[in-house]
Amino acid sequence: MGEISLDEMSNEYFDVLRELGNIGAGNATTALAQMMQCKVDMAVPKVQLLEFRELGEAMVGEETVMAGIYLGIEGDIKGSIMFLLEKAAAKHLVGKLMGMESEGDEFSEMEFSALKEVGNIITGSYLNSLSSITNLAIYPSVPDLTVDMAGAILSVPAIEFAALGDRMLMIQTQFFDEMVLDGYFILIPDLDSYGRMLTALGITI
Amino acid sequence: MSVEIKVGMADLNVCVSPDRITTLGLGSCVGIALRDPVTKIGGLAHIMLPDSTTIRNNSNIPKFADTGIEELVKQVTRRGANRSRLVAKIAGGAQMFGFNSNSEMVRVGERNVQATKKKLAELRIPILAEDTGKNFGRTVIFYPETGDFVIRAVGKQEYKI
Repeated sequence: MGEISLDEMSNEYFDVLRELGNIGAGNATTALAQMMQCKVDMAVPKVQLLEFRELGEAMVGEETVMAGIYLGIEGDIKGSIMFLLEKAAAKHLVGKLMGMESEGDEFSEMEFSALKEVGNIITGSYLNSLSSITNLAIYPSVPDLTVDMAGAILSVPAIEFAALGDRMLMIQTQFFDEMVLDGYFILIPDLDSYGRMLTALGITI
Repeated sequence: MSVEIKVGMADLNVCVSPDRITTLGLGSCVGIALRDPVTKIGGLAHIMLPDSTTIRNNSNIPKFADTGIEELVKQVTRRGANRSRLVAKIAGGAQMFGFNSNSEMVRVGERNVQATKKKLAELRIPILAEDTGKNFGRTVIFYPETGDFVIRAVGKQEYKI
């Protein structure tokens, strides 16, 4: 099996990864709608292969406070996945889920664990769709949640990408219910897993 | 008029007083500020990984602590800083998440700090101050005029080291 390089990726591979991202984000939106028991729309996800230097500008800005949910994945595909959501959007989601407006600027312990559950469901449905399309086993770890500057949270997946190459694959998804919820998915398979994913989809490397 | 120079991830740049140089939202990465207190010429590097020699694809010099610091020294001295007068301040290297599935990667912040200190010691550049580790992100702003390294974090008063 050949090795995939994110720095010299052909359009064909990129299209496949983009399509996987689209489907995953679509599934995550459905899961979100079921959980919230309301209609949630999704804009067509924007999939970008970015240089580290450009990361901040591609997002809302490095200092924007965001909630980041991060899980390790094991199985046929190894690596990790992260879901990021702006703090205000995260507050809105959690408030709606718990049936009350969230007070103050910080998350209460209860809100924090509700948010972790939201992240768990969103990333779980994303991974489920990936697993069923590729027919590969994916086992997510227990999620961890942090609320901090976007740049600081992003440094974690960025460093994982940095060990593989000089670019990072990011899927930006906008959800809408009453407000626009800007979410970002970052899937970080190790290089062998890229190969396995593409092979499973019948693409020769 | 002083200018603010921005350094991205895996990036570095030189900065001369009265300008200032900043990098936003350091997480597990480390920000290394160098300064010659006499000429007030300084610089800032934002490194992501500890060691270029363990990675096959290592052509991106500012990405690694070892090659990034070497390059920053080269650039500030080329600009007119005196090599033997250089002093350093460092920040970052946080552990943003607690889970343990890939412990080597989870502890990368700590390893980045260790590698940074090792490289600076090897180059005999003293570390005047540091704000590293813990579990929160930091924005840093370095002023070559005074040597102040200002740190901004979510929910904290701005402070300097």
